[in-house]
This record gives sequence, structure tokens and C-alpha cells, in this order.
Amino acid sequence: MAIDWKRYDPAPFYDELIEKPGKPRGPGKALAEYLASLDEGEIHSRKQSADNAILEMGISFTVYTEGENIDRAWPFDIIPRVIARKEWDQVSAGLEQRLNALNLFIDDIYNEQRIFQDKVIPRYVLNQSKNFREQCIGIKPPQGVWAHICGTDLVRDGSGQFYVLEDNLRVPSGVSYMLENRQVTKRVFPEMFESSSILPVDEYPTQLFDMLASISPRPQDYPEIAVLTPGIYNSAYFEHSFLAQRMGAELVEGADLVVGDDDCVYMRTIDGLERVDVIYRRIDDEFLDPEVFNPDSMLGVPGLMRAWRQGNVGLANAPGAGVADDKVMYAYVPDIIRYYLDQEPIIPNVPTYLCVNEKDRAYVLDHLDELVVKPANESGGYGMLVGPHATKKQRAEFAQLIKKDPRNYIAQPTLDLSVAPTLCGDEIEPRHLDLRPFILQGVRTDVTAGGLTRVAMRKGSLVVNSSQGGGSKDTWIVDEEN
Amino acid sequence: MLSRVAERVYWMARYVERAENTARMVTAFNLLSLDMPKSVQVSWKGLVEVTGNEGLFDNHYQRDDERNCVKFLLADADNPSSVLNSLQAARENVRTTRDLVPSEAWEVMNELYLFARDHIDQGIGKRGRFEFLSEVVQRCQTLTGLLAGTMSHDAAYDFIRLGRNLERADMSTRHVDVGALKLLKKDGEDPDPYEGLLWTSILRSGSGFQMYRQHVKRRINGVDVVRFLLQDTAFPRSVTHTLTQVQDALEKLPRNELPLRLVIQARRHASSAHVEELIAEDGLHAFMDVLQRDIGDIHGANVETWFRIAPVQTQTQAA
Repeated sequence: MAIDWKRYDPAPFYDELIEKPGKPRGPGKALAEYLASLDEGEIHSRKQSADNAILEMGISFTVYTEGENIDRAWPFDIIPRVIARKEWDQVSAGLEQRLNALNLFIDDIYNEQRIFQDKVIPRYVLNQSKNFREQCIGIKPPQGVWAHICGTDLVRDGSGQFYVLEDNLRVPSGVSYMLENRQVTKRVFPEMFESSSILPVDEYPTQLFDMLASISPRPQDYPEIAVLTPGIYNSAYFEHSFLAQRMGAELVEGADLVVGDDDCVYMRTIDGLERVDVIYRRIDDEFLDPEVFNPDSMLGVPGLMRAWRQGNVGLANAPGAGVADDKVMYAYVPDIIRYYLDQEPIIPNVPTYLCVNEKDRAYVLDHLDELVVKPANESGGYGMLVGPHATKKQRAEFAQLIKKDPRNYIAQPTLDLSVAPTLCGDEIEPRHLDLRPFILQGVRTDVTAGGLTRVAMRKGSLVVNSSQGGGSKDTWIVDEEN
Repeated sequence: MLSRVAERVYWMARYVERAENTARMVTAFNLLSLDMPKSVQVSWKGLVEVTGNEGLFDNHYQRDDERNCVKFLLADADNPSSVLNSLQAARENVRTTRDLVPSEAWEVMNELYLFARDHIDQGIGKRGRFEFLSEVVQRCQTLTGLLAGTMSHDAAYDFIRLGRNLERADMSTRHVDVGALKLLKKDGEDPDPYEGLLWTSILRSGSGFQMYRQHVKRRINGVDVVRFLLQDTAFPRSVTHTLTQVQDALEKLPRNELPLRLVIQARRHASSAHVEELIAEDGLHAFMDVLQRDIGDIHGANVETWFRIAPVQTQTQAA
């Protein structure tokens, strides 16, 4: 049966495409009408062609614990998510503002620490941060930029307002899927790209390359750029290899690199040792350099920090950049923006309770059934409690965890995450989603047009991580005036 | 090209070739054992000796009967050169260089390994052995052909050719050696009535029977077979031909002085040998030993030149 938007009711949630049954939102009107014009067979054949494209293009992600079959096809929903360009321009400016401020903040932390002296943020926040690296104190990377590549998670609440859920300043992943989703969608709905003005996303690899080249210690030459991956067993290996290919960079593992007595980084090639200028590292700080961090790391490169400190190699993101993305620091980002830029934040934070504050903690413990509780330093949706969905026992366990280590926990109200029409079996149903745009900061700042939309494929679920059964959609920024 | 990647494709080619050669060898010997009259015992242990892993075999098995020997050569987890282990190692090497090799090659490799793993009992048992081994040989050939036909013939491909032909050269010397050990120590005795069959089997191991017939056109005899396997320039599995291929691949690679010098030496060595004299003077085994060492040295030079670059070299590199 064809799609009938009159029978599609997203209530009580904000829907990205359909305002209320039978009424599409402005920027998505063309898409909604187009979808409604397709009969059931046609929708299925589009779905089939998307599945084929994904297999054919080898778009996969890796699941850790599956032994032999470690690659899985990328879960993809064919119905795009649409955002108006006018609205996006605002969001984009907000993302730029935010990363700008965060980089000033990180540079301050590792140098003057004015923000603590001025008591905008209590110093304990830094002392307890797991991602603060004292080895980075006193270092001044080019342009004062530490987080060159940022993946910021945005959500909308019931009113349609965008909020920043978290900043990912260490090794954010997902951008390759944003690019591949667009490729797949172009195959599935080519007509739509002719009739609507959808902003392109595919300059990203070029922008990434230019940004990386801009931090090369030898700017006059052709820089040798390498993507440093933990290897084939990493869940984001597909992306590492994809980005290296698209940039024409070398995909290297730690053992391929060696730091010479001259404190320069070289890679082992069949032509001998070749100097590397910039490393886009996709290995966590702790594993980067066994001389400085985890001595047991087999993934890293001994001496890498030495080379970086001497300014002989560019590292993106800089080690220690993660200090600004833990969930306690997050609560202070609006203050950080005001402090460094003297501006009001363009995109608001989700209200956040810091369990270390007595008042906040009492509130959190009292309202565990309505809140989402997160550890300050985990990513990937691990180790969190979604209060309304948790059992009494799970809530009691979390109450204990919070009391034992209050600094490690924050809580936020469960937002009524927005939904969008999603093909679920034979039906179109609303599913919750978020959005991860990617921001690049070097000499200039670039924001992707849209980003990676992740969907919780299970009904009612709010967990969008692909490692936990999430899917994704193409994201269209549509220019209605064009 | 990264040293690590070069090393992986090189080993991938070696392992695939090793699996194929082992499968061919077992097939040939299997045919031979069926041809022999009941009164004549064929020594399956001889096959294990060809691979140079008899020490390992003796540590794990009490009896060197057919079943144990075949199991050791095809399936044994402790034998690093067993068909199954070779295929698994090859697969791992392809998997970790998937950005480089055509994706079809990965699929063929993966299916080949899974096929061998799932049907290995068929290969150990007598009844399904022939089908199993033919399938393995065929799929190895598919992979080799796929790489030749779909992969750019760049440095990566040169490393594949290098690995494949070096492995082949090594295996051919071993085939000749087995003949030298088993068949030629009969000075003064009546020629073994089954010698012809055995040499045929050795030719078949290297899939050289038909080509030998076409090119040599004489009764199968030791001297001609050894000459063919050692010195024929056209047969793709003769030592001389494979070493020429190795040289050809090496010539295209950077910084090739050391391995190139060694391979030219080894090839000259192989092609200038006086086979008749060697056999008459009982020197063939010793000669093959030296040749095998030459091949080992070429491998060592490859490793040293391209795969294990010591960090000390930064001293001499211009930054």
C-alpha cells in the first residue's frame, strides 16, 4: 500500500517531515509528496536498490565481539531527513561558535589557565577529568587549535528546538557514513536531486585534506599526510580506510611509523623511510605513544609526542583535546562561550545536573525515573541509565554508583527526541533520531551541510548508536528559496 | 608503498602458492599409490619430507601411514605449511590489505578458506580426496588469475609475483630432491621397475607431466625429468623459469640491488648445472640443498630490503 500521510501520526513528538497527519513541513513537502506518489512495490524496489548499493559499495561497520564475521552491512533507512537551509545556517553558525570557544578553552587549559583563575569553572572539574593530559602542558599547536575535527551530537526536543547533546573532540567517527548515505540516496531517489535544491556534502574529504595540510610543519612542500588506524579490528576501520582513500593519504598502523633521532616521524615504505608531516590519528590518546602514555600500547608510535612537541609533525586531533568533551565540562560550555567570545551561545545545551553539586545530586537521586544518567567519560552509549526505561533494580544500582563517585555522573532530563518517518518492514513509522554534524577547524572553519542522522530503529528506543542497533538516514539541507 | 602492506601481499602469494603446490603434490602421489601393485609399498612419509617438516611430523605422530601423512599435509594445526594453515594465513593477509587488492579477490580467498575448512575431512579420507584437492587447486588458480587480470600491475603486484615465484622455485627444488633421495641411490642395482611411474608422479606433482611429454618427447627418465624441472626455460614451474620471473619482478622494485644480485646468481647456478654428472656422481641432493639455500637467501634479502627497515636508518636519510 502506498504511503498515506493522513494515516501517519507522530504525536506526541516533533516530527522532522510531517507536522501533523496529512501536513508535511515546508522544506519536506516535495519529498513527502514524492513518497506518497510511489506505490508499495516501488518503495520496496527502492529499498532493495539501497540494500544492493550498500553491499556493492562495501559500506560496512565492524562489531567487536563477533569473531569471524566482523563486518556488517551498514543499516540504512531510505527516507531522508529534511532540514531547511535557513534553519541550518543558524545551527551551523552555532557549531562554529562552539568549536571556536572550545579550542580557546583547551589552549587556555594547557597554557595560562585563565578560566580557573577567573573562577568561571571550578578547578576540580579539571582535576577529575580523565582526558586531561598533563604531558600536553605548555604546548602551542599551530593556530592554537587542538580539536581540528569535531563531531557534535544534536537533538531536537518536542518543540523542534535543537540542543547540543555532546561534543566529540577525540576521534569522532561517522563522517564516511554521511558521505556514503548521500551516494546511496542519489541512486535511490535521483529524481529528487533534480527537482529540489539539496546542498551537497561531498567536499568534506577535500576540506579535511586542506585542514590537515594547513597544520603541516613544512607548509612549502607537498605534505605527506597519514591516517593512523588501530587496524582492521577497530569498529571504525571502514571509515579510516575510506577517508585515507578519498584524501589520497596513506593509511598507516603504529608499526608503520618510526620516530628518528632527529625527532621527525617516518613511515616504513619499500622506498625506505619517508617523512610524515601530518597524522590524522584515529587512536585514542592513551595508546598514541608508549613512551609517554600507556607503555603497553602496541598500537602507537614510540616518540610521537616528542616529535609533536618539537613541532615536527602535525597531530589531529591534538592529544589532550578530549579534556573539553567530558560530560561535566559540557555543563560549562555556555559559560565557556561567554567567557572567551563574549557572545551568547547560539545553540543551547541540554539542562545538565552535575551530581558532584549537592543540590543537583539530591534532585537526581529523587528523580532517577525521569532522568538520563551518564558517566562523565564514556562514549558510544555505554554505561548509561535511561531512567524511564530502567527497572527499579537498575535505578537502585545507579543510585549507589552516583553516591560512590558523584563527580563521575551527570544527569539530564529525558528529552522528547524528535522523530522522522522510517521504513519499518512494510509500514512507515515514526522513529527517534539525532544528528551529528562535523566541524573542521584549521586556518578556517567548515561545517558539513547536515551531518550523519542516526535513527533508533526499534520502536520507542532512544539509543541511536550503530554498535547498539541504530540505523541512519541521509540528511538533506534544502534551500527553499532556490 | 608501505613495507607492511608489501610484506602482507608477498606472504599472501607465497601461502596461496604453497597451498596449491601441496594440494597438487598430494593429488599426484595419491594417483601413484593407486597405480602401484599391492606388493610395493609407497612411502607417504616421503611427501612429508618434501615439505621439510618431517621433524614436526615425528613429534606428533607415531605411525607414518597414509592417513597421518595426508592429515599432516592438509589439515594439521601444528604444521605451519598445511594446506589449511596456509590458506588461513593467506586469507588473513588478504583481509588486512583489502584496500589494495580487488574486492573480488577477497571474496574468492574467503570462500576458498571456508571451503577448505568445511570440507577438510573429505580431503583426509580416501573417497573424496581427489575432488577436494582439485577444488582447492582450481580456486587457488582462480585467485591467481583474478589478481593477474584485475589488479594494477604496480609495486604491490610485483611483490605478489615475487612471492609466488619464489615459493614455486622452492617447491620445484624439493620435487627434484625427492627424486634424488628416493630413486637415484641405486648404483649398480637393477633399475627399479617402477622408476618411470615415480618420475611421472614427480612431474605430476608440479603439474609438468603433459608439458614434459610435449617438449622432451622421450621416455620418462631421471636425467630428463630433472633437467626439465630444473632448467626448462618455458615451463612455468621449472626452477630456472620461476627464478627468471623472480628476477623480472625484482627489476621493477626500488632499491633492489641485493636481492637482484642473489637471484641472478641462483638462476645461473640452476641453469648451468650438469645434471647427468650430478646424478652420476651422486651429487644431486647436495646440489639441490645449495639451491634451496640460495632461495632462502633471496627471501632473506627481500625481508631485509623492504619489510624490516631498521629505525637506525634515519641517520642516513635526508629529512
